[in-house]
Amino acid sequence: MTQEIKKLTPKDYKSDQEVRWCPGCGDYAIMNSIQKAMAELDYKKEDVAIISGIGCSSRFPYYMSTYGFHSIHGRAAAIASGVKTANPNLHVWQISGDGDAMAIGGNHFIHAIRRNIDINMIIFNNEIYGLTKGQYSPTSPLGKKTKTSPFGTVEHPFHPGELVIGSQGKFFARTIDYNVKLSTDIFILMAKHKGTSVVEVLQNCVIYNDGCHAMLTDKEHKEDRTIVLKHGERMLFGKEKDRGIILDGLKLRVVKLSPGGFTENDLLVHDAHENNPGIHTMLANMRYPDYPVALGVIRDITSVTYDESVANQIDKIKKNAKFKSMRDLIYSGNTWEIKE
Amino acid sequence: MSTNDILKEKEQVVIRFSGDSGDGMQLTGMQFSDTSAFFGNDVSTFPDYPAEIRAPQGTVGGVSGFQLHFGHYEVNTPGDYADVLVAMNPAALMANLNWVKKGATIITNEDTFTDKNLEKAGFESNPIKDHQRDYHFIEAPISTLTKECLKNFELDGKSVLRTKNMFALGMVYWLFDRPLKYTEHFFEEKFTSKPLVIEANKKVLRAGFNFANTIEALPRSYKVAPARIQPGTYRNISGNTATAWGLIAAAEKANLPLFCGSYPITPATEIFQELSRRKDMGVKTFQAEDEIAGICTAIGAAFAGNLAVTTTSGPGLALKTEATGLAVMTELPLVIVNVQRGGPSTGLPTKTEQSDLLQALHGRSGEAPLVVIAASTPSNCFDFAFQAARLALEHMTPVILLTDGFIANGSEPWRLPLDSDYPDIHVPHATPEDENYQPYKRNNEKLIRQWAIPGMKGLEHRIGGLEKMDKTGNVSYVPENHELMTRYRDEKIKRVAQYFPDIKLKGDENADLLVIGWGGTYGHLYSAVKELRKQGKKLALLHFNHLWPLPRNTEEILGRFDKKVVCELNMGQFADHLKVNIPHFECEKFNKMQGLPFTIIELMNKFNQLLEEK
Repeated sequence: MTQEIKKLTPKDYKSDQEVRWCPGCGDYAIMNSIQKAMAELDYKKEDVAIISGIGCSSRFPYYMSTYGFHSIHGRAAAIASGVKTANPNLHVWQISGDGDAMAIGGNHFIHAIRRNIDINMIIFNNEIYGLTKGQYSPTSPLGKKTKTSPFGTVEHPFHPGELVIGSQGKFFARTIDYNVKLSTDIFILMAKHKGTSVVEVLQNCVIYNDGCHAMLTDKEHKEDRTIVLKHGERMLFGKEKDRGIILDGLKLRVVKLSPGGFTENDLLVHDAHENNPGIHTMLANMRYPDYPVALGVIRDITSVTYDESVANQIDKIKKNAKFKSMRDLIYSGNTWEIKE
Repeated sequence: MSTNDILKEKEQVVIRFSGDSGDGMQLTGMQFSDTSAFFGNDVSTFPDYPAEIRAPQGTVGGVSGFQLHFGHYEVNTPGDYADVLVAMNPAALMANLNWVKKGATIITNEDTFTDKNLEKAGFESNPIKDHQRDYHFIEAPISTLTKECLKNFELDGKSVLRTKNMFALGMVYWLFDRPLKYTEHFFEEKFTSKPLVIEANKKVLRAGFNFANTIEALPRSYKVAPARIQPGTYRNISGNTATAWGLIAAAEKANLPLFCGSYPITPATEIFQELSRRKDMGVKTFQAEDEIAGICTAIGAAFAGNLAVTTTSGPGLALKTEATGLAVMTELPLVIVNVQRGGPSTGLPTKTEQSDLLQALHGRSGEAPLVVIAASTPSNCFDFAFQAARLALEHMTPVILLTDGFIANGSEPWRLPLDSDYPDIHVPHATPEDENYQPYKRNNEKLIRQWAIPGMKGLEHRIGGLEKMDKTGNVSYVPENHELMTRYRDEKIKRVAQYFPDIKLKGDENADLLVIGWGGTYGHLYSAVKELRKQGKKLALLHFNHLWPLPRNTEEILGRFDKKVVCELNMGQFADHLKVNIPHFECEKFNKMQGLPFTIIELMNKFNQLLEEK
C-alpha cells in the first residue's frame, strides 16, 4: 500500500501556541514569510530545528510546529552550531534580534559566520531593546534617545551587513518585515545557500521604536529610497525606474537617467557571486538619504562548510584508522602483562 | 654493568627531576616512570610545572619538575620527599631543596653552577659546599660531556644541548639498575624521520649511564624489585587521558556519537586534545570561541542527540554557569568536566586545589540541582568519566565530573578493563511517531523525561529556558506549576542516589578516628591511614566519589564514629556540605590551601594529634 505524502502548507508549520507579540508587531509578517518559505522548500517538520536566543523575536520557536529551542541570551549561534555539527542533516534556522546577535552574542555571531557552519540566521533588526522596554541596541543610530540614552546615544552603531562581510560572511541579504513576497523569496535563497547565511530583516517595533524604518516603508517614497538587488540585473530603482547606481572612482554614486546623459547601460550589474567583498560591503552600507537602502541578496558565494569539513575529515581518518573500538585504543602502544 | 656492583634493595624510591621549563624534565620523568612500570614496579607520578611556558632561564619561577614514586608494593601517591633529586641548574636546586630527604642523593649539572647562575637563583653562597654534610652530591659536567659526546654529529649547538636531559636520565637509570631499551625504543618511534636525532639521544643516554658506572662519585646503586600487583594487562595513564577515554568508552557503549565543545584552559586542555585526536573513533570536537560557546555547542549537540561534553577548569565553569542552568531546565544529558586548579580568578593555573566543590554544587542562578561526582586517582578518571556519561544519559541531567590538577596530570599504571567490566547504558529515547509523546512527561521511577531527537517524526516539540508546564512542556507562568517543577527537578536528582553503590569504609570498623575525604586526595589519605594502622592505631577512611546526591548509607556510616576529620584542599567545603545534609554531623577539619597535595607526613601528624586529644 502506498501512502500519499501530502505537501505541507504554510499553516502546517504553525504550532498550537497562542502568538503573544504586540498587535501590529513586524514579527507577524516575518513569521508568515518563514512559514511560506518552509512550505515552498518542502521541509519535513521533523528535520527542522529552530534555535533562538532571548528577546521578543526569540519567542519564535514556540510558534512553530517544528523542533525548536528557545535558549539563553546571545547564545543562539553557539547552540545552533552544536546542533548542526552534531547532525548535518537537519535544517537549522536561527532567530535572533539585533541585541541577541550583535551585543551579548556578538562573539558567537562573528565566529559562526567565520566558520561557515550551514545555519540560516535571521536577524530581526528593530534598532531597540523591546523585551526590556526600550533601551538602545548596538544598531540604534548615533544620537538616538532611549530610556538608557535620554540625551541621545554617543555610540556608533554596527551595520549588520558590514559586520557579516567583515567576518568573512558568504551570504548576506536584507529584507523588510512587511514585504512578505520579498522576504519569502530571500528566505528560500538563504536556505538553499550552503554555509552560514544571514538575512537582516528591517523590523518595526510598534511600541518602543515605532517607525524606525518608516523612511523606507512610506508608501509614497519607498521605491525611491530602496533598491532591490538581483544577481545579474542592473542597479536600477525609483518609482519611475529613472535612477541607478554607478561606480565613480572608488565610490558608489546615484545617478539620474536622462536622454543624452546616463543610460541604463552605464549602471552597475549586480554580481552577488563575486568573491571580492569590496562592492558588497559598499552596497550593504548604502544609507538613506545619500543612497537607496539595498534589499535583496547582496552577497552569495560558495565555499566549503564547517559541518561538511568536520564530517569529511572524520570519514577520511576513520577509513585508515588503527583503532576501530575502545578495546583497540586502550590496548595500543606501550602495555605490559603482569602474570600470576 | 660491572658484576661487582653491590645493589641495595629498596622497597620504594622517590625521584624528582627538575630544571628549566625548556630542559625536558617532563619527558625525562615520563621515561623513567614508563621504564619502571615495564620493569614491574608500581608507579605514581606528579608533574609540577610553572604557568609560564618559558619563564626567564635560570630563575626559580621557571623551574619545571617531575616527581615519581615507585616501589615493589602498592604505591598510592607520588611521595612526599625525594630520595634522589636531579637539578639541572641552581634554580632547580633552590626550588626543590625543601622537598628532598636528608641524606638524599642530588645530581647536579656542574656546568650550570656558575656565580652568575647561583646569584640568579638567589643563593648567596655555593649550596653544594654549604650542604655537603646533609646530602650526597654528585656533580657532573653534564653540558660539557653531552657536547663532547656529540661533537662528530652534524647537529647545531642548540639541538646538541637539548639532549642533555638524556645524560641525566642515563645516570639515574644506572643508579637504579634500569634497562635502556624502553627509552631507546621510544626515540625510534618518536623520531622515525630523523635518524640523526634518534642516534644522538641514544648516544647521550648511554653516555650518562656509562659515566655513572665509571665515576667513583657514585658509591651506591639501588634496586627496587617488581611490585606484587594484580595480574592483568597494564599501561601508564594520566588522569586527563583516562577522562577522555572514559567518555569515548561511554559513547561506544551507549551507541551515540560523542561531541565535545570546549575552550582550551589549564589544566583541562589535554582532555580536549586527546578527544580531538580521536577522530579515528568518530569523536567530534568543536574548539569554541569561548567557554560559553563551549558548553552551548555541547547543549546544541545534546539536543541533536549526541553524547555531549564540555571540559574546563574553575574559571571556565564560572563562565558556563548560565548555560548549565539551561541544561538543567531543558533536562538534557550533558557531561561537564571540571579539572580544578587553585583559585579564585586566574589563581594558580598549574597547581591543584579542591575549591570548586561549592561552585559545582550550587553555582547557578535559581535552584538548579544536578549530579556532582569526583574521580580520585589518575586511572579511575576513566571509570568516573564513564559513569558521568552514564548518569547524564540515564537520568537526563547535566553531570559535573570533578577532577583536579594533581590527578589530571599525574599518572599511574592502569589495569586495562575488559568490555564486560563496564555496564550497559540505557538511553531513554522516545519512540518515533508515539502519539502520546509529551516532552515533559516523566516516568515514575526516575522522574526523567524521554529524549526525543530532531529527525524523529511526530515528536516535534520546543524546549527552552523559560519554565515549562508539567508534561506538555509549554511555557508556563502558573505559580503552582513552578513549585511542582522545582520539586521535580530536586527529587529527580536525589533519586539518582538509588543507583549509586553504597560507600565503603576502608580500615577499622571500630576506628578511633574516621578520616573523611573526597576526590583527588585519596592516595595521600589512604597512605597516611595505612601507615598509622601499621603502627597499631585504629583508623578508617571514608572517601567520597559521589558528592551529590550523597550515597544512601552516608548518614548511617558517619553515625558510627565519634571522632571524625574531613581533610580537603580548601577551607572546608565538603565538611560544610556534610553539615548541611547530614543531621547532627560534626567534625574536625584539616585544610590545606597551598596549591599542593597533602603530604603523608603532615596527615599522619594531624591524625596522631587528633588521636591523642581526648
